[in-house]
Amino acid sequence: MSPEHIIEQAKRAFAITKKDIRIYYAKGPVVIFGLFMPLFLFLAFAAGNRGLSMPFLISGLLAMTVFFTATAVSPVIQPWEAQARTLERLIACPITMRTLIAGDMFASVLFGIGIAVVPIGIGVILGIVPLHPFLLTAGIILASICFSALGLLLSTPATNVPSNIMMLSSLLKFPLIFISGVFIPVEQLPFAGQALAICSPLTYFTDIARYCIMGTNTFSLAVNFAALAVFSIVFTVLAIRLHARTVSRRI
Amino acid sequence: MKEAEHQENAITASDLRKTFADIVAVDSISFSVKIGEIFGLLGPNGAGKTTTARMLTGVMRPDGGAAAIFGHDIVSDPIRAKQRCGVVPETANAYTDLSAWQNLMLMGELYGVPKHYAEERANTLLSALGLLERKDQLVQGFSKGMKQRLILAMALLHEPDLIFLDEPTSGLDVQSNHLITGMLRELHESGTTIFLTTHNMEEANRLCNRVAIMRKGKIAAIDSPERLKMAIERLHTIEVSFDPAGTDDNLASLQGIESARREGDKWMITTEDVDSTIRAICAFGAEHQLKIEVLRTLAPTLDEVFLRVTEGGTV
Repeated sequence: MSPEHIIEQAKRAFAITKKDIRIYYAKGPVVIFGLFMPLFLFLAFAAGNRGLSMPFLISGLLAMTVFFTATAVSPVIQPWEAQARTLERLIACPITMRTLIAGDMFASVLFGIGIAVVPIGIGVILGIVPLHPFLLTAGIILASICFSALGLLLSTPATNVPSNIMMLSSLLKFPLIFISGVFIPVEQLPFAGQALAICSPLTYFTDIARYCIMGTNTFSLAVNFAALAVFSIVFTVLAIRLHARTVSRRI
Repeated sequence: MKEAEHQENAITASDLRKTFADIVAVDSISFSVKIGEIFGLLGPNGAGKTTTARMLTGVMRPDGGAAAIFGHDIVSDPIRAKQRCGVVPETANAYTDLSAWQNLMLMGELYGVPKHYAEERANTLLSALGLLERKDQLVQGFSKGMKQRLILAMALLHEPDLIFLDEPTSGLDVQSNHLITGMLRELHESGTTIFLTTHNMEEANRLCNRVAIMRKGKIAAIDSPERLKMAIERLHTIEVSFDPAGTDDNLASLQGIESARREGDKWMITTEDVDSTIRAICAFGAEHQLKIEVLRTLAPTLDEVFLRVTEGGTV
């Protein structure tokens, strides 16, 4: 099989995924931003509960956890690699930028999917069992892909300092939590908030989670899935193009 | 580029150019490296050596010109070009959170090497480079020399036809230096093409079939080390002594000799044509029944060539 064949490149992308999982998932910032941050936010909102039901909060926690975890790993991999001086060696390998991005993205997707078990488990312990588990699984997978691609897009600035990218991604991620219906239903947001909510991919996954756990939704399921798919494609294509442009400036 | 050139050249670069803002790092350089050759790229810091190596390995995109690896254009056909190369970058590191073995297996997967073969190669390379006993240890505990040996093993795992080494022995201990240069000699003997950038003139002199000296982004000189050394001076010095001494006064009158002076029991001869003069000296010795005890050419060192070229002189 020729080295540029799609199956051969997919195998090489999986090698990058395995490497990312071995190296980056145990890093402190990933665990803090991916797991503890949404948990503490959830506890803060649960403590100040303004009459929101537990299924509402659990679906919000699920959306937030998948969002934070899938965007925790992917933005910092390349700055870390550049800082550790492993990026040049990787780029010199016979892999395309698509392969490199796919490998990093798949690691992030797996992390997002894996950590989603935690809020679902908390919900089950509290007696909140998903009404549509298969739809919820499909939603989690698609949302993980979308958020991982967003994370990779956030890492395109040519910096070798992971904390710079963490800061940039936090600047985007935290406001999104408050305009995406996680703790305040989209219908209750002011008009400007609702307009912004439409632009956030997190809104659509939150709506899927809410439908699958509570049976209520703001947008139709088709709109939610289509929106996440479109965001995924746009983020991925942009990430590949921008990384191809900026990668040599990291070295 | 012509097809015939590709068949005999491992690397073909034509008008290769790279700029950073308004600084021209590599200024339209052209050269080729033949299959099986050890080619050294020399030059002071900032001359453009690493940028050239990065363009040839597909890490950096050239702003102009073209480069091909075994006929595969590095911009339009990068995967096939990279597949046949091994790379030891100047500032690269192995993954310190992985073991030596895991680093090698990662390279095997990234180059599409079947697992069983990758394992066999990894064992052979780790053994040859003195790392087999440390194969399961995390790289973060390795010394600089061990890391550099591991990076070389990573570059060789897929048995590349061409290997790029950017300052491979810079700052290494004697043992690592010896192991790496020994490995490079073995690779050369087995037909692997080697592209080496180095500051180490002695290393270049000992290893390279040809060297190019870069200055301010351009190639200022390119030839074999010996020919560069010969070319740097118009007049060359030959040292000769005969036994019995003192019976050779007619030596200075030989054709082609510019000057001859006695220094102790030796003659120091200057000439433009080393080959003819040595032949004439040998004939002179035979004719006068003199035994030649010492006969050597005192050519400039590659260091002197390097300094002359990089200070703006020509060869």
